[in-house]
Amino acid sequence: MSSFLVHPLTLRLVSVVIAFGTWEYLGRIPISPAFPTFLETMSALWGMLMDGSMISVYPATFQPLLIGLIISSILGIACGVFMGLNHKAEWFGAPVFIVLQSAPLAALIPLLTFAYGIGLTSKIITVCIMSMPVIVLNAYTAVRHTPTSMIEMGESYLGSRRQIIMKIIIPAASPVIYAGLRLGAAMGFIGAILAELLITPTGIGDLITYNQSIAEYDKMYAAIFSIMVFAVLFIEILERTEYIFFRPDKRVTQ
Amino acid sequence: MSAAAEAVSDNAPQIAVEVDHVTKIYPGGVEALNDMTIQFPRGELTSLLGPSGCGKTTLLKIIAGLLKQTSGTVKVNGVDVTGPGKERAFVFQDFALMPWASVMRNAAFGLELQGMSKSEREAIAEKYIDVVGLKGYENLYPHELSGGMRQRVGLARALAVNAEVLLMDEPFSAVDEQTRRKFQEDILEVVDDEQKTFIFVTHSIEEAVYVSQSIALLLPRPSRVSEIIRPDIRRDISPDAIRRDPVYLDIVERIWQGLRTYVE
Repeated sequence: MSSFLVHPLTLRLVSVVIAFGTWEYLGRIPISPAFPTFLETMSALWGMLMDGSMISVYPATFQPLLIGLIISSILGIACGVFMGLNHKAEWFGAPVFIVLQSAPLAALIPLLTFAYGIGLTSKIITVCIMSMPVIVLNAYTAVRHTPTSMIEMGESYLGSRRQIIMKIIIPAASPVIYAGLRLGAAMGFIGAILAELLITPTGIGDLITYNQSIAEYDKMYAAIFSIMVFAVLFIEILERTEYIFFRPDKRVTQ
Repeated sequence: MSAAAEAVSDNAPQIAVEVDHVTKIYPGGVEALNDMTIQFPRGELTSLLGPSGCGKTTLLKIIAGLLKQTSGTVKVNGVDVTGPGKERAFVFQDFALMPWASVMRNAAFGLELQGMSKSEREAIAEKYIDVVGLKGYENLYPHELSGGMRQRVGLARALAVNAEVLLMDEPFSAVDEQTRRKFQEDILEVVDDEQKTFIFVTHSIEEAVYVSQSIALLLPRPSRVSEIIRPDIRRDISPDAIRRDPVYLDIVERIWQGLRTYVE
């Protein structure tokens, strides 16, 4: 019984129930007419899923999001790993990404619109500038902190530079690289929604703004809820791929 | 005489590793080794024993080719050392195992880096996993093993590449005392069976006397070889009897007397 109570799944379920219960309670007070209850939101979500109005908008959101995340991941990991391996690249690149990470990048969006228009390009770039710095900096830190003895091990057993990078440094760095990817993906979701709210209302951003403007708050919250669910699922899947491809040892402990 | 001394009795112990007037100054000016000259006989286990700061690990890493000496030469089998080589294998103090790789892959990793096919290298690794006493653990990951078992994987990896010279950097210092004793007994068997040259860094006097055919006593400031001791203890008696043998205890005491002035 007691082991059931502290089982990770039970605990997760309890925390979800508490969060949604609080939401339901606050909605029923109500704290604001613009704040629907959990159940109202869920029924709006169900309705939007059934009549297809939600599913039809997702491709528009996912297109810049996925393209942006793929670019940020590949380019970001490559930049970060290179900076970790090469002191000159570090000297050149690290300050740029540290500034980018701490800057309020949403403020750049009007500038992006000015330069690239209101189309797909601007939205992809928004996703990239939000997600890339954290991916780069994590990859860079991870590579820089490979245990020295493991690299010495590779050298003493006559590994080539390439072998040491591919077989030792990258797998050793992969947990922190993946942590960066997960944070980057979360930032990318923010970027995609920001782009839709600030550049042109398309996709899920359109659903949010439109329902807000006609005061259909339950639908607005359902749209927000759905994108959050997607973000969580996406990040969860990302974590699984790490275990499968890089860290079989972590699967053992689960 | 010890068993290993008999093994090389037909000709005087040849020299496997020769360290000639080696000086190492680290960037920043710290002098780790000063004009060190020492020779390591083939087929024996030689310990580098000394208090911390005497440069024993530095010397081992220079022999391994992992560090460059500032001046002087190191020769292995008469050939100058310019970097790591096939004839040398290293056993690390912190094991340096890859946490994401199974015991099998870790043990076979030296061979993997040489480009040997998977089936071939796993056959060899399997043999040495057995030699170090880890048969049946091939598919476990390092975090599932105890410290002592992890270092056995490190030893299997070093044995698998079939190097003539094994360089061991305080291999048992991160292992608990009971496991260490068992490991010391096992290492004696490996030394007998494998006919390799072992260079063994340790700061434990008892360990050095117990496992070594010869002990190079290093002293710091300036770092130098103060003495070479050949502990002629009996090897034909049980490990526990050796640890109570007066000859063994006398040598331990003698080394301690030589070192204590540097510790106080």
